Amino acid sequence: MASTVSAASGPALEIRNVSKHFGVVKALSGVDFTLERGEIHALCGENGAGKSTLMNIIAGVLQPSEGEIRVDGTVVRIASPATAQKLGIGLVHQEIALCPDVTVAENMFMAATSLRKAPLMNYRELNRRAQDIMHRLAPIPVDAKVSTLSISNQQLVEIAKALTLDCRVLIFDEPTAALTEAEAKVLFGIIRDLRAQGISIIYISHRMAEIFSLCDRVTVFRDGRYVSTDRIKDVDADYVVRRMVGREITQLYPPKLAGAPGDVILSVCDLGDGARFSKISFEVRKGEILGIGGLIGAGRTEIAEGICGLRPVTTGGVLLHGVPQKIGSYADAVKSGIVYLSEDRKGSGVFLDLSIAKNISALDLKRLTTAFGLLNARAEADLARDFTRKLGVRMGGIDYPVSSLSGGNQQKVAIAKQLSVNPKVILMDEPTRGIDVGAKSEIHRLLRELAETGIGIVVISSELPELLGLCDRVAVIREGHIAGELTGEDMSEENVMRLASGVTMETADNERRASAHV
Amino acid sequence: MSEKDKGETKMAVDTMAGGGERVSSWRRLGSMREAGLIAIILALCVIMTFASPHFLTLGNFRAMLMSFSVEGIVVVGMTVLLIVGGIDLAVGSVVCFAMVFAGSLFLLGLDPWSASLLGILASAAIGAIMGFFVTVVGLNHFITSLAAMVIVRGLCLIITKGTPLSLFTMPPEFKAVGQGTFYGVPYVILIFIAVVVVFDFLLRRATAFRKVFYTGSNEKAAQYSGIKTKQVKFWVTVMCSTLSGVAGVIYMSRFGAATPTFGVGMELNIIAAAVIGGASLNGGSGTILGAILGIALLSVVASSLILLDVSVYWQDMIKGCILLAAVSIDHFLHKRKA
Repeated sequence: MASTVSAASGPALEIRNVSKHFGVVKALSGVDFTLERGEIHALCGENGAGKSTLMNIIAGVLQPSEGEIRVDGTVVRIASPATAQKLGIGLVHQEIALCPDVTVAENMFMAATSLRKAPLMNYRELNRRAQDIMHRLAPIPVDAKVSTLSISNQQLVEIAKALTLDCRVLIFDEPTAALTEAEAKVLFGIIRDLRAQGISIIYISHRMAEIFSLCDRVTVFRDGRYVSTDRIKDVDADYVVRRMVGREITQLYPPKLAGAPGDVILSVCDLGDGARFSKISFEVRKGEILGIGGLIGAGRTEIAEGICGLRPVTTGGVLLHGVPQKIGSYADAVKSGIVYLSEDRKGSGVFLDLSIAKNISALDLKRLTTAFGLLNARAEADLARDFTRKLGVRMGGIDYPVSSLSGGNQQKVAIAKQLSVNPKVILMDEPTRGIDVGAKSEIHRLLRELAETGIGIVVISSELPELLGLCDRVAVIREGHIAGELTGEDMSEENVMRLASGVTMETADNERRASAHV
Repeated sequence: MSEKDKGETKMAVDTMAGGGERVSSWRRLGSMREAGLIAIILALCVIMTFASPHFLTLGNFRAMLMSFSVEGIVVVGMTVLLIVGGIDLAVGSVVCFAMVFAGSLFLLGLDPWSASLLGILASAAIGAIMGFFVTVVGLNHFITSLAAMVIVRGLCLIITKGTPLSLFTMPPEFKAVGQGTFYGVPYVILIFIAVVVVFDFLLRRATAFRKVFYTGSNEKAAQYSGIKTKQVKFWVTVMCSTLSGVAGVIYMSRFGAATPTFGVGMELNIIAAAVIGGASLNGGSGTILGAILGIALLSVVASSLILLDVSVYWQDMIKGCILLAAVSIDHFLHKRKA
């Protein structure tokens, strides 16, 4: 129970001089980390800095090569996730690890069930306790199968799962990556409640705004080493970012388009699929980046899929440079010059086990095919070398599997795949989700350069700062319709949220406050 | 971050048939499954040479090669099917079906060549029906082929009314396919080598077969790359059955008979060989060479057990243990921290 936190003084968790090697690779070199009782402690660092490795050590998934861990002042060996649970350490995974075919309640109590001694399940009790926890988070029915939930709701179940354990230390590894702003705000309320109950929280995130509104202290790692720990109120976002990258990032977003955009590249007219979206019309002009905003589940991804033939449409159509396109399948779209970058990088963006070269060539094998239907291996390798260099993919070589790359570089490979077919329009769904600050700004710069070369760029993003910082114009989707378009001065977080939720911000705030404290 | 580390430790173990990738280091070659299998087979041969005077003879090697040549053709099809993420439990039944179907047509008066061709086409049709249930109806390969295995075996019994067909009246030119030699090398072995070389080359170099890897590695990502994954799966299923049909008519020529119970349990041997050779049941990886070495290993072991006078009752058990050992070793070598 949260209320049984012992009254002993001193930190809840201490990491002393912990190192972790994987073969010759050093993921962590002698790092220190101290988590005080009842604080929210942010852990920052680029991908590859060692945050996840340390969290996996604390949660018993990995064993440290050297160093010691103290819980409540006692040196402990956390041999397995079960040991971690017994010590009161819970981890909310960055990646969803749920059983899709059982109910929300059963998933929530998966860990708790394994600790219980009783031989039989009491489903009535299970559902009641699940409901108690879930109603604070979101209106998700606890008897629904997880496979029927959206990604963001699954993420919320993952969070609810951790709340079922009697944790004294709770680790959140990028919990908001798949959440909308509104859902994230509810989550923050809950995290603050947990802190008030004396629970110590480690919060990992790439989003500075979250860290500064939520956390008490911030520790930065870089390249597997400890860099610094500061009180949030003593520092600013610039400082933290500088510590993370070890260099100045002078400008977070590339400069926007100066002057008026050029000719229309893509026009979408009255597109509808008879279910998820209808009457979608917009244009993308040369040189501009069009943003598409809205809540998760509003139909943004579905619209993009409709445009590029991944989802059948019933009304409307797509024009490129004023010429109507016949798009019946994704292959048709690629042929016309419209490509789509999926929001689910690992699920449908890349082939993790295949080489970088094979990933980049996958979108159009025909151009690499010689007589007799054989692949031209040299052309494939040249293509891969060319695009990995252009995009600055940091890798061992083009024949390394994509799984050997960091998230940011995997994403660059996914983008390279799209660019390699010389597209006219790229639809990008959450292009920087789960990517570290450095790679993120590289991708933003790249998108701006592509727009300047005359490729039509459409960016779907749930991250408002990205949407507003990167795009020249934003179309906001609500329940399958375009609720409005914002340009210039009107582009503000408040206006996007207003259009996305269909209510004024004040009421939305009140509702959220109400639902967070039922 | 752990993700990166996983890759670093994994980088040397890419056993995929690497189309255009110039393998950059000997270390990678050393870690390849094929090299390991060759080493094990050679070691076994050396031991057996000392253990039995009959092992290192031309006759024994020819017998061993003959024994897995025809099955080897089926292994090729199965490997490609495993790479696309499928499996076919019906191969044994389809081999038998091609045999009894062609045999019956011959007995009805058709010439053996046309009968064989129709036998192979009928096998392809069975593959097409399975492919239909997998891609259009949406059943999985395991269940579909399990049903097909039983149905097709039933067909064999219906066609033959349960008794073996005697085909000794087949003309000698046709019998030569299964029984004759070319400069001392049996035609069967030549056909087998031709199939292996062609498919190994295609799997590494042909665009159509590259789509098989994409589909098996991540079907969704393949769809998002404009690949028609259902078509790919359909044709690979058809191909696997067709190769089974080819094996069936070769057996018919070789035995001069068609038995309705032939090939029972063959599918397990075939799948075991492909898996020992590095094909993953999760799809996305596998090589023809590896699979052929897999079936060669099983064959050398079987031959050794006979020469060492090990009771026939022990042989299946030992084969099973080899499969378990091979897959376990592989699991530890290629361990993925998922």
